[in-house]
Amino acid sequence: MLLSMTGIEKNFGGVPALSNTTLELRSGEVHALIGQNGAGKSTLIKVLTGIYDRDAGEVVFGNTACNFSSPGDAQVGGIATIYQELNLVPLRSVTENVMMGYEPKRLGYFIDWKEAHKRTRSILSRFNIDIDVTEQLGKFSTAIQQLVAIARAVSLEAKLVIMDEPTSSLDASEIETLFGVVRDLKSSGVSVLYVSHFLDELYEICDRVTVMRDGQTVAVHKVHDKSKLDLIGDMLGRDVGEIEKEGMTQLGHGFADTGELLLEANNVSTGPRLKRFNLSLHRGEIVGLGGLLGAGRTEAARAMFGVDPLVSGKLQISGQDWTPLSPTEAIEKGLAFLTEDRKVEGIIPAMSVRENLTLALLPSLSRGGQIDRAREKQIVQQYIDDLGIKTTGMEQPIRELSGGNQQKVLLARWLITDPDILILDEPTRGVDVGAKREIQIIIRNFVEKGVGVILISSEFEEIVEGANRIIVLHEGESVAELSNPGITEAALVNALAHGRVEAA
Amino acid sequence: MEYGITSLRRLGKHGGLIALAILLLFNILITPNFLQLQTLSVNISQVATIAIVAMGMTLVIATGGIDLSVGAVMALSGALAPLIFGSQFGTDYPTLGLMAALCVPMIIAMLCGWFNGAIVAYIGVQPIIATLILFISGRGIAQVLTNGNLQTFQNPAFSYLGTGKVLGLPFQGWLALVIAIILSLVISRTTFGRYLLAVGGNERAASLSGGPVHKVKIGAYIVCSALAGLAGLVVVAINSASDAARNGELMELDAIAAAVVGGALLQGGRAPIFGAILGAVIIQLVKYTLLANGIEDEYALIAKAFIILAAVYLQMGRRVKHA
Repeated sequence: MLLSMTGIEKNFGGVPALSNTTLELRSGEVHALIGQNGAGKSTLIKVLTGIYDRDAGEVVFGNTACNFSSPGDAQVGGIATIYQELNLVPLRSVTENVMMGYEPKRLGYFIDWKEAHKRTRSILSRFNIDIDVTEQLGKFSTAIQQLVAIARAVSLEAKLVIMDEPTSSLDASEIETLFGVVRDLKSSGVSVLYVSHFLDELYEICDRVTVMRDGQTVAVHKVHDKSKLDLIGDMLGRDVGEIEKEGMTQLGHGFADTGELLLEANNVSTGPRLKRFNLSLHRGEIVGLGGLLGAGRTEAARAMFGVDPLVSGKLQISGQDWTPLSPTEAIEKGLAFLTEDRKVEGIIPAMSVRENLTLALLPSLSRGGQIDRAREKQIVQQYIDDLGIKTTGMEQPIRELSGGNQQKVLLARWLITDPDILILDEPTRGVDVGAKREIQIIIRNFVEKGVGVILISSEFEEIVEGANRIIVLHEGESVAELSNPGITEAALVNALAHGRVEAA
Repeated sequence: MEYGITSLRRLGKHGGLIALAILLLFNILITPNFLQLQTLSVNISQVATIAIVAMGMTLVIATGGIDLSVGAVMALSGALAPLIFGSQFGTDYPTLGLMAALCVPMIIAMLCGWFNGAIVAYIGVQPIIATLILFISGRGIAQVLTNGNLQTFQNPAFSYLGTGKVLGLPFQGWLALVIAIILSLVISRTTFGRYLLAVGGNERAASLSGGPVHKVKIGAYIVCSALAGLAGLVVVAINSASDAARNGELMELDAIAAAVVGGALLQGGRAPIFGAILGAVIIQLVKYTLLANGIEDEYALIAKAFIILAAVYLQMGRRVKHA
């Protein structure tokens, strides 16, 4: 046994975040830690790495009882952690980032750059990364940066590597590289604690899984003994049969006849990342955009919403030509765009739930520049109730809400504008299983009311079950279209991989 | 540890008021004749200009920007007014001349603000660099306009701006109060105010939600410059003289300090208008305390630095809560 945490208790201001939590890892094991947002996964990791002091319980790491007082302390002790948010310095070179704090020295004070670059190259080569290590880190893609962060952690000779959602910004081939490294670590006797919302990944690399719910450890399984549904059932505390009957997602409920044509895109281009995009969208319809990372899905959404100006091609709304020049104009035309990156492009952290929720509605909520505050409060309260947003009140700062509830507020921000066309970019990413279902139900309800939805999702289940049609994008071009009923995950994967629909 | 952070946070919230209370108490005990109407009047008449400029600065800081040109704009508008009411036109038509002496400098100031805002919003120049242009050239223009001379004048109507009294207290104090009330209503009740905080809080999110980011930024710079222009007029009115070389000198630093002491965050997203007034009052009281007790002005500058340091430290304490 490499790590054993037992009877861990942690309270925040009297509210228990962890109660009698247990986590055990064997040497050379890849162990998954799963649970809904707020189940206590991050708190448990922070207790382990010394960011939080525990109120009670015992931590034994490598046969000695230990009590790390800071992440640095934990690192020296042999635990390396890679957080979701990158802790790197984008303006400094790759070498400096990888070697920071462990630079090879000459004469005791001067950094031996030649040796530093050499070591960095050899560390990165394990990840099949061949880049100029003297370049600024920030010049590389997020995925490369993520891999560099992982490489750094691994190079510190840790006995345990903790990875918190490491694949959320990686594409398929980079994920494969990462998995290769995880298997490598395992075979050299290093343990990995793997936190992820993507359950499919668990079956690829993990040996055992610990499931948490409401601050407690509810189950420990061998991964291959359990199905995905079993794990979801454990996370939610619900019966598996019940989930099975309702389908994996809440998006697909038969495909009713769709209505009039809302939006049409003809050979739209905004530059090298979106070269030729075609789409048509009707009332009461979900059209999915399929594609790998960088295929141009987000760029297509930005083009339709007036963020990136059109270089060529034509957009029509309700049969009339339209050139979107700004999001403001797009909103006036009845479009709404739920962006992918909640933190960077979605929430305004210091503002309240109320102010975040009505941001896009302000023009029609005001007269002569003055906000109708009574009406504002009434609308906000209604949406908090309707969407089941968990908050202490509409004046609570949005940054204090959980990811799922923040996402509901952002969804509400667009739904209150009463849009005809709703563009959703990864609407359930980084959201726990419970909130995911609720968000899917909300989307489905609005589709049934006649809204047309353009859905971008990396979760194949969502677009396979939910979309009437899927437009497949490949290197900035629309290359294929699949129609439901009849779409399978296999067909979609095939289309993504080959950039066309295989003849049956 | 928990307790330490909590109490620090509490202190951060009320730090300004506590500092004010300490200053008042200190003065009541030490400074001779502190509790006199005369003392109050002197302090109000001096704090009003800092407060007026600091409120404008607070709006700009709320967008995540900064305006270094306020002092230069003060000099410019202050130089223009006597030129206008002292001109042939101004002496022939005193009433119209007075109106023009108030309006034209304000319009010029607003044009300065538009210039600052346009460079920041449309060209994307960093605010500190963009406003450096007028910081340097504005005072130069003012000195060219006045040939570098001190202009003295006799114009009781115009001087009311700086020497008039309402209910026994200086007119400019009331002016600052009225502006504060209007601005805080604008921030809490109008779309402009909401967008202002949204732009400072997360510019990309505000833009993607249809917020008129460019207009809001330019608007903030225009209001800031207009208030600086007004303060420039007040200073000239107090002295019955316009000195383009001295009017508004180092005001940008006083205004930024007052805004920060009042609780503005330099990264944007907050606009505590009454906080700016509180900050201005604290800075003024420190100056006055040292002066009234015979301590030289140079030491007042050092004391001011410590106040800013303390304010920033307390703000860090406040941010611990958010982490």
